[in-house]
Formats: sequence, structure tokens, C-alpha cells
Amino acid sequence: MKILVPLKRVADPDNANKIKVTGGKVDTTGLENKPNPFDEYALEAALRLTENGASPKVRQGEVVVVTFGPKEAEATLRSALATGADRAIRIDATDDQLDGDVVARALKALVEKEKPDLVLAGKQAVDGDSNQVGQLLAEYLGWPQATFAGSITSESDQALLVVREVDGGTITLRVRLPAVVTVDLRIVAPKSVKSTFTSDSHAYPEGVRFAALMAIMAAKKKPLAEMALKDLVADATLKIAYPAFELPPARKAGVKVKSVAELVEKLANEAKAL
Amino acid sequence: MSKILVVAELHDGRIRKSTHSAITFARQAAMPFAIAVLGPGATQAAESMRAFGASHVIVVDDAYLGQPVAERFAPTIATLVTQGGFSVLALTASSFGKDVAPRVAAKLGAGYAPDISSVSPIEGGSLAYRRPVFAGNAFATARISTPIHVVSVRQSEFAAAEPDASSAALSPVETAALAAKDAAADRVEFVAMGEAKSERPDLGEAKVIVSGGRALKEKFAEVLDPLATRLGAAVGASRAACDAGYAPAELQVGQTGRVVAPKLYIAVGISGAIQHLAGMKGSKTIVAINKDPEAPIFQVADYGLVADLFTAVPELVSELKARA
Repeated sequence: MKILVPLKRVADPDNANKIKVTGGKVDTTGLENKPNPFDEYALEAALRLTENGASPKVRQGEVVVVTFGPKEAEATLRSALATGADRAIRIDATDDQLDGDVVARALKALVEKEKPDLVLAGKQAVDGDSNQVGQLLAEYLGWPQATFAGSITSESDQALLVVREVDGGTITLRVRLPAVVTVDLRIVAPKSVKSTFTSDSHAYPEGVRFAALMAIMAAKKKPLAEMALKDLVADATLKIAYPAFELPPARKAGVKVKSVAELVEKLANEAKAL
Repeated sequence: MSKILVVAELHDGRIRKSTHSAITFARQAAMPFAIAVLGPGATQAAESMRAFGASHVIVVDDAYLGQPVAERFAPTIATLVTQGGFSVLALTASSFGKDVAPRVAAKLGAGYAPDISSVSPIEGGSLAYRRPVFAGNAFATARISTPIHVVSVRQSEFAAAEPDASSAALSPVETAALAAKDAAADRVEFVAMGEAKSERPDLGEAKVIVSGGRALKEKFAEVLDPLATRLGAAVGASRAACDAGYAPAELQVGQTGRVVAPKLYIAVGISGAIQHLAGMKGSKTIVAINKDPEAPIFQVADYGLVADLFTAVPELVSELKARA
């Protein structure tokens, strides 16, 4: 199986409460760039689908990672190569040239060149929280989709059984490849992803894998191609613009209560919440 | 004249309450709007949508739309928009709405703004939207430049619409046919729906939510259930509690789970990670019970109680009982 995994780098999501708004624009000064966590999960799922969990150094198929960004964004790709991806592509672009729709249209053109069996993506990037590239891409390609995947079982080279996490429960879909699948956070639980090569009893460590030093060195020799955005989309007009940002209104400072009785009294008489 | 199409969310023959928030969105946008009800049983369910002042209610009553599969809904929704000459399509920001909205936007060549929290008319008869980004740590003003706009509406930010008392006339009902099927729909098979069976209100609709963190360990239900029952509350959970297996995944509140805004949110043993706060900061009154006085949850709590939850929660239950 050949899998394409789009990766985005975002301002450190664990410190998102430190972002500022200056002159109506988001200011992430002081926040480190990190891979979007859902994209890291998608990469982990792609690796699990293309290996026998007992011998994860041997790739059964191909995992290609792609990102949109300037030269510095290659760091994201190199770390993906170090954890096991075979090949990387950087599409040269700056953030202000992109919205979810341009990214989806560029990915469509890339898919037509690369011909993967599966595009495996994060369900959303935690900066814009837009949650749309996977679905847009599926529609542009005329492919089926399974969004918010909490588990993926590869039934054959032709079909995946996907359990989606939805409001109030789960929905299980069988999608025939090629398809687009977007992943939710529980995709990296020990038994969430089953390839046709891995035994049913195999359990992965919780979370995403880390690269060994040797692999980081070796990743420097793996192929990393560069493409121009305009080679993929002739018309890169944005469909959505964000002319202004603001911080959310601060909640007024709360009080500490000393006892359960005081809490109940305040909830009843002050907040009128009971 | 610009007009809006609101897509109702039909589940088991019942209109979900999130639909009423989408109707409030349409009213705030101050444009004429229609409501579409799609799926088996839509004819009957549409009756309840006739009293909201919509120009008309469109019904597509077809068993093909009996399961929430985006590839089945997208062509019909897109066709309703183009045939009806709508300039704004509003879906609910539910897992269903977010699954299908981008596919419809792609068909219409439309820009899509998800999770909108407010709407305002701007020059030229258009609309600007406000939406949370960075896990709710900032709000962005979104402007869509395409002739048709697609949005999904956050239930937690728009009050549920009440029937329009000023208009005695009910909206007329029009039936519409299924559009030509997408080939992609033949490549996705609906296998099963696993629904959490619960006597409690849905997280999105509850007035009170009692939410627990990892600190509850195996006693998650044992500690929280009596409190939730006493308050008629829904039960929520932090990501850490779900990941550790103490609570089922569908209870998760946060950036990656449900976004809620009840009247009262009681966070028990939840430290208050950024992604959790993103899902509940809009609650009217927030209570935090945690034994760590430095827990970030206290920064957003209206009332904080530094205490051991295993004694404080049972005490809270008996205190509430005593008041009743």
C-alpha cells in the first residue's frame, strides 16, 4: 500500500494560551514550531499500516510525506523521514498563500502524480482548527472519505474498516481504496491500527514512535523533493481570508471557596446556577 | 436578495437541538432562510420546523439518507443550494456537519468557515463570521470571497431558537428529490453505528455537566454518577481520563472532543489542559474541584474548591440532597 501523509507545522499547541494578537494579527513570537499533533498521529498510523508491528524497520509499501511551507519546514519532513517515511516532498509556499481549499487542490494535483492508495491526514490542524482539507480533497478526487478515525483495520489491499469517533458514539465504515482517511487522537492507542502484516495479538506502545539517532542520520540521505505551488494549482485564489484576530474576552477572576457548604451556597444564591 | 439554507440534523426521526442553534444563526444574519430536512422520516419531522419563520421547509424523505454518510448527502445538499439560489449554506458544527460541509463546499466552489461563533452583516449585503482558532485562544474574523458561503454553526455559541410567535402562518413544505448519486458513495459501506446508551442528557444539550479527570481513576463512574443524577447533568471527561480508559471516548470535552457551554460546568479532578479548556470555557458558571491549588483549571473557574475529590464530591451530593 502506498500512503501519502500531509504534514503541517503549527505554533506549539501546548502553549497556545501564550499567543498574542498584535495589530489584529496572531503573534506567535516565542512559541516553537511543532508538527501538528493530528498529523503526527496520521504518520504513525501510516507506518503501522505498512509494516509488521513485530519488525517495524521493514516497510511493506511506501509512505510519502508532504508539507507546504518555506525551506525551514523541511525540518518537519526530515523528522518524519527519521521515524520511517520513505520519501518527502516540500511544496514551496508561505502561509499567506494558503487556505484549506488551496492546500486541498494542490494535494489533488499531487495525488494524481503520486497515485497513492490512501491519503492519511490529521482531522484538523490545531492552529486554524479548520477541519476541512481531508474532506475537500476527497471530494475533489471523487474518493470516499472516513473522517475522525479512531481505528483502522486493513482488510486487504482494497479496503479499510474504519471506526469513526462521532458525537455520542462511533460509526464504522468500510471504504474501498483509493480513499482519504483523517485521524483522531485515539488512532495511536496500542491496538488501533491493524495492517495485514501484523498479528492480531501485537500491541504497540501508546503514542507515536520516536526516531533513533541512527535513523535521524540515515534520514538525511532519504529523498526530499521540492515543488512550486504554481506547478500544482494554476489558480491559487484564496476562498477565505482572515482580516482580523482578537483574543477571547478574559473570564472575570473567580473565587476560592473554603468548603462544600460555601460552594453550594454561592452556586444557589450568587450564581443562581442550581 | 441573499438567502440562507439551514440543513437540519435529523437523527432517528428526531430533529437534533443543534438545528435550533443554526436557525438562530440565520435569524442573526437577518436574511430570509429556508430549512432543509433530509432522511427517512423527514416528512413528519419537518412539521416541527414550520413555526420558525422560514420562507419554506424543504423535505427530502429518502431511505438512501438513512445513515450519516457524507458521500450520500453532499450531492443532494449541493443541488438544493444551487436550485434554490441560496447564497449561504449553514450546517450544524456536529461531527455530521463537519464531515459533510467541506464536500458540499467543494462541489459548490464555495469557501467554508467551520465552527462559527457569531455572524455580522457587512457592506454589500454580505456576511462576516467570527470563529475560534488556536483551541479557542484567539478568535478570527473570517471573510469568504466566493459567491456562495458554507458555514458550520457552533451549538454552544448560538442559543436554541424558539418558534416565531409573531407569525401565525406556518412555513409551507416543499418536497425535493434526491440528486444523482456520487460514484464515491458506492465505495463506502456503512457497517455499524455504536451509540452510547445513556439515560442522561446529551453533552451538547445538557444545562449542567459534571466532568471528570484522570484523578478519578477506576472510580470515575462511582464518584460522578450520583452527582450527575442529583443535578440531572450530562457526564463529561478530560482527554486524560478517556485515554486512560476511565471514561468512554465519546464523553470527551475539549478541542478534540465535544465543545460545550452549559449553564453550569463542574470540573472534578481536571487539571485544565489547554485543549480541555477549549471545549468548556464558554460555560456560564464553572466550578473546579481539585486538590492541586496550582491547577490551571482554577484560572477559568468562577468557584474553586481545593479539596480531595473523593470526599468533596460525596459531600456535595449530600449537601445538594439536604437542600432539595
